[in-house]
Amino acid sequence: MAKITLDNLAHSYLPSPTSEDDFALKELNHDWVDGEAYALLGASGCGKSTLLNIISGLLHPSQGRILFNDHDVTHAPTAERNIAQVFQFPVVYDTMTVRDNLAFPLRNRGADPAYVAERVNQIAKMIGMEEELNRKARGLTADAKQKISLGRGMVREDVNALLFDEPLTVIDPHMKWELRTQLKSLHHEFGHTMIYVTHDQTEALTFADKVVVMYDGRVVQIGTPQELFERPAHTFVGYFIGSPGMNLFDAEIDGAVARIAGVKVPLGAGYAATGGKLQVGVRPEFIKLSSGDAGVPARITRVEDVGRHKIVRLDVGGHEISAIAGEDDNIAADAQKITFDPQGINVYADDWRLSPEGEAA
Amino acid sequence: MNKTVNQKAWFLVLPVLVLVAFSAVIPLMTVVNYSVQDTFGNNQFFWNGIGWFKDMLEEERMWNALWRQLTFSAIILAIEIPLGIYVALNMPKKGFWASFCLVLMSLPLLIPWNVVGTIWQIFGRVDIGLLGYTLDKLGISYNYTQDIVAAWVTVIVMDVWHWTSLVALLAYAGLQSIPDAYYQAAKIDQASRWKVFRYIELPKMAGVLMIAILLRFMDSFMIYTEPFVVTGGGPGNATTFLSIDLVKMALGQFDLGPAAAFSIMYFLVILLISWVFYTVMTNLDKRDGV
Repeated sequence: MAKITLDNLAHSYLPSPTSEDDFALKELNHDWVDGEAYALLGASGCGKSTLLNIISGLLHPSQGRILFNDHDVTHAPTAERNIAQVFQFPVVYDTMTVRDNLAFPLRNRGADPAYVAERVNQIAKMIGMEEELNRKARGLTADAKQKISLGRGMVREDVNALLFDEPLTVIDPHMKWELRTQLKSLHHEFGHTMIYVTHDQTEALTFADKVVVMYDGRVVQIGTPQELFERPAHTFVGYFIGSPGMNLFDAEIDGAVARIAGVKVPLGAGYAATGGKLQVGVRPEFIKLSSGDAGVPARITRVEDVGRHKIVRLDVGGHEISAIAGEDDNIAADAQKITFDPQGINVYADDWRLSPEGEAA
Repeated sequence: MNKTVNQKAWFLVLPVLVLVAFSAVIPLMTVVNYSVQDTFGNNQFFWNGIGWFKDMLEEERMWNALWRQLTFSAIILAIEIPLGIYVALNMPKKGFWASFCLVLMSLPLLIPWNVVGTIWQIFGRVDIGLLGYTLDKLGISYNYTQDIVAAWVTVIVMDVWHWTSLVALLAYAGLQSIPDAYYQAAKIDQASRWKVFRYIELPKMAGVLMIAILLRFMDSFMIYTEPFVVTGGGPGNATTFLSIDLVKMALGQFDLGPAAAFSIMYFLVILLISWVFYTVMTNLDKRDGV
């Protein structure tokens, strides 16, 4: 187990990167605290896997250093880092039995046979494959193979960190929950540092203590699920986390008042004047429909009932906006205005969140 | 689902049937015809039953050729398969050099067999051949026309030169199909190079290797042109393999009956060995430890 420090880390797949756009992973400084469970969340191609592969040593960064417990491992091979990693697609050794597959990482490190046998049984129980231990791995379903891969990742107890690269993509939905819960309990039990790459927000939010959101090769926000929900630091975080994502309105800001489509909207706090493209972001949960005169004019285009609540699609000045209404709320046919909960409004300049006056930046 | 029955569809198979009949069945039947008859010329034939087969089975000459043939096939398989795998493992995975190597490797495969024979025949000559001359100057006694060992070495090295590429290319194709994640996982699991080969690369190559072994076995078992051009089956009968002996018998001595019986048995032996081999390999492949 170790604290992992990224120091000025950046990576480009090009031999001689010139501009910032050439970097798949832009300069990054971060400490992964020992024993925490992190989720690395972002759309495909945002640099998540690149970062993961740099930590495990499968890739060498173009610049910067990686430290495990303040010990520089930037150029250390994977074997020396003592890391476990599970990949997106199942990797099993076809010609070996399930048992040998699980025992493989331990045997390669010369572990005591009695310990190997005991540990393999433990892991097999955890992934629910005790029955199949003596079967050849060839011909198993993708589910089962991925469970073996997960098991092989978890079989070593002394690893510095456990890395998961979208490991549940190929797993059935009901099994996903089960495995994720097991991963969590494993984390509680052994306290490994875990980094879990995913593009599924539910997975990220349920698994991790801290979620690291990446966008275009850059870490845009690191925070608890609640922070990501209430105070998205970047419009991408607002859009990517939440279902549906955060709504954005072009606005003018004057102190504690925003002007959206000509209508004055009170904000929860005052903002100092800045330049750049100003927008306010409001999550659908903080938008209310109103039949009165106050609020921003809007036209209902569609109502989707998703069971727990209703999603109301609105047209505001040509932009599509979403609002969430309770399952039992009646959507008034004459609703033509929307109002916002001032506490749920964030202000963005050029996509980055502005700190209101009085909040520590 | 209801299948449409249309007996006229059989006509669609007709061209293939005709083609196969003329290219394989009819020639084979003429051979069968010769193998059961005797002739004293004038196109007069007499029924001889399985007489020629009996004769050929007692013929020491055929058994000797068969042993030589088996030895030859065993040796070239033992060299070409591991060597081909080794070459494939060391070929670049992508980029210019990968294409370059592929083209370079394919070259020997593109040369006509009798040209390969001629190349090596000249290459090995002590008076004008680069190899023969050099060895001679180095004081190594090498003369494939008189020395049995030299003749065998020449024929084997020639075959290895000609065909290892095929094994390498097939193995290379197998290797290319392995996703990177396997190698990465192996690194994470701290597998040694040998274990990566044994548990990742070899299983993934098994299918193509089976084809490679089968192809190389059948081809080497029927080899004719190259050794015929280089050694002519000599010195003595040292490199007279089955086909060479067969041709000598059929066209040299014009013993059509025995030669036909011989070639049918030859055909059956190849069929039998290939079948046994294929069955064993596919069973190995399917064996699940349930």
